[in-house]
Amino acid sequence: MILKMEHIYKDYIQGKMIVPVLKDINLEVEEGEYVAIMGPSGSGKSTLMNIIGCLDKPTKGTFLLDGQRVLEQKDNQVASVRLRSIGFVFQNFQLLPRLSALDNVALPLIYAGIKKRERRKRAKLALERVGLGDRLNFVPNQLSGGQKQRVAIARAMVNNPKILLADEPTGALDSKSSHQVMELFEELNHEGVTVIMITHDANVAKCAKRIVDIFDGEISERSRKEEAV
Amino acid sequence: MIENIRLSFQGVWSHKMRSFLTMLGIIIGIASIISIVSTIQGTNEQIKRNLIGSGNNTVSIKLSQGEYDYEIAYNGIPNGVPVISESTRQEILALDEVENVALYTSRTYADGVFYQNTALQGANIYGIDANYFDTAGYIVRTGRQFIDSDYTEFRKVAIVDDVAATALFQDANPLGKTIEINQEPFIVVGVAQQSEQFEPVINSIEDYYMYTTESSGTVYIPSASWCIVYQYDEPQNVLVKAVSTEDMSAAGSKTADILNTYVSADNSDIQYRAADVLETARNLQELSNATNNQLIWIASISLLVGGIGVMNIMLVSVTERTSEIGLKKAIGAKKRRILGQFLTEAAVLTSLGGVIGVGVGIGLSEAINRISGTPIAISVPAAVGSVIFSMMIGIIFGLLPSIKAANLNPIDALRHE
Ligand SMILES: Nc1ncnc2c1ncn2[C@@H]1O[C@H](COP(=O)(O)OP(=O)(O)O)[C@@H](O)[C@H]1O
Ligand SMILES: [Mg+2]
Repeated sequence: MILKMEHIYKDYIQGKMIVPVLKDINLEVEEGEYVAIMGPSGSGKSTLMNIIGCLDKPTKGTFLLDGQRVLEQKDNQVASVRLRSIGFVFQNFQLLPRLSALDNVALPLIYAGIKKRERRKRAKLALERVGLGDRLNFVPNQLSGGQKQRVAIARAMVNNPKILLADEPTGALDSKSSHQVMELFEELNHEGVTVIMITHDANVAKCAKRIVDIFDGEISERSRKEEAV
Repeated sequence: MIENIRLSFQGVWSHKMRSFLTMLGIIIGIASIISIVSTIQGTNEQIKRNLIGSGNNTVSIKLSQGEYDYEIAYNGIPNGVPVISESTRQEILALDEVENVALYTSRTYADGVFYQNTALQGANIYGIDANYFDTAGYIVRTGRQFIDSDYTEFRKVAIVDDVAATALFQDANPLGKTIEINQEPFIVVGVAQQSEQFEPVINSIEDYYMYTTESSGTVYIPSASWCIVYQYDEPQNVLVKAVSTEDMSAAGSKTADILNTYVSADNSDIQYRAADVLETARNLQELSNATNNQLIWIASISLLVGGIGVMNIMLVSVTERTSEIGLKKAIGAKKRRILGQFLTEAAVLTSLGGVIGVGVGIGLSEAINRISGTPIAISVPAAVGSVIFSMMIGIIFGLLPSIKAANLNPIDALRHE
């Protein structure tokens, strides 16, 4: 089991009010699964993903990621869990505007302490993998939305993480680009990467093998396609 | 690290105007410090060079009355001051700090020196023994030195220095010419010159000002012939050459002590006194240091203001780049790395300011030198120190913004846009 959440609660404090956002979340994800977490805007999807991605801590509950009790770990240890185990894809791409596609993709490898030549080699491979082998030296401004998101996917995958976490990856894309992104996710999942994708779009969610609904901070399992392992 | 430095330079370059304005405080501060230090050093070196005579290491020990040289021309020969004997000279020569000793009598501002109708204005006349030129570091370039028979036969011969030669004979050859000293004819047998390109030996602040204006000519005659133009048994002054510059003070004061054991003047103010050039040099240098150290403090305020400017811009930069920091943390950058990135940026910014400041400072010093003639000496340690100091300012004032960046919460940072 790569992810195990038990009785996870998350409250935000707004002024003097306590706003409960996640209520008693119990979620288990096996290695190699492709899960879509689907729900309307404001239902707590991003909050949940931030907790899964170790970017935020729940108010209470227990949480195991890739066998690690991340809630008990120090900031630096959590940073290296994020570095090694998780690849992030965001709705708004989050590429660094001053860096080329290649340098953007190579960024996590710097933190992994990999030498420059090896970094360039692996970043180039990752970009070729997402079909951008001819755009290595383009800065984000010179790329279309779909291309930017593919650079972001290359960056997420360059360090070979076990889990790909995507928050509304197609939210800012046209249907053709969305389609390409979905195809990439399917390929990656096929290669064994656990994909957890957050979306409000039922058509996008359909690509996943398993859909978890979230509504007002509570989740419910909907359907589980037959696994063809 | 190298990557960080490269990226920092890129950052500085991509915001040229902002970076320059941020660095301005540092540039001004460092430039002022560099030019002040160069001026101090230049002045100090000039003082030392002039006062000490650039390695000549001679100290004169003169008969004094209180603070001033004893004026034989006005006061006559004092009671109780004997002529210095050869055995006393040997006693001085035996001192560890002393390399050579010469005895001489002298008149300054003398007006009795003529060649035909040309007068040597404000002449110095010295009656010297055979050790004088060696001790003073002079050589006789043309003609000859005084020889034993000049002394034993009371010959009326003279050696002139360059200044006197030019004043009296213009371009003509001085050798063999007859000059008049106090109406007595003397034949010029040589022209004396300092053996190396020494600055003049200056023994007091008064001398210092005299030499920096113009020195008058000097005429040397054998001490034996002194009585022909002046008086018998005038007490001499002493010139000693110290073994090293550091020994000058000791050589001077020990010589004076020896001489004073023989002095029994009615007037206890009359004593031999060594011109303590090192002490004088130090006093002069301290004076110039003291005034300029205050200036350095003022320049440091500019550095402080510059540092605060850097801190301010770095805080703005952290806020501007919140989402970049958030992303980096999200994809696995540790705190240390974010801290390092911003500290490097601040340090690169201020070091660059320091380097530019040193350049401007050197330019400024040269300009000061051209315009006012103030001597300068560019100090390499000061330049290197300034750049290191600027870097430290960057690190110190960059610390707060960098810590702020490193402690940003990745989700808050990602949500920022
Ligand atoms: N930092 C925060 N402080 C207070 N409330 C927050 C914060 N972040 C999210 N929320 C609230 O939590 C709820 C869920 O937000 P989010 O997880 O972003 O929803 P979704 O991604 O499903 O649209 C929203 O009502 C939002 O206003
Ligand atoms: Mg969201």
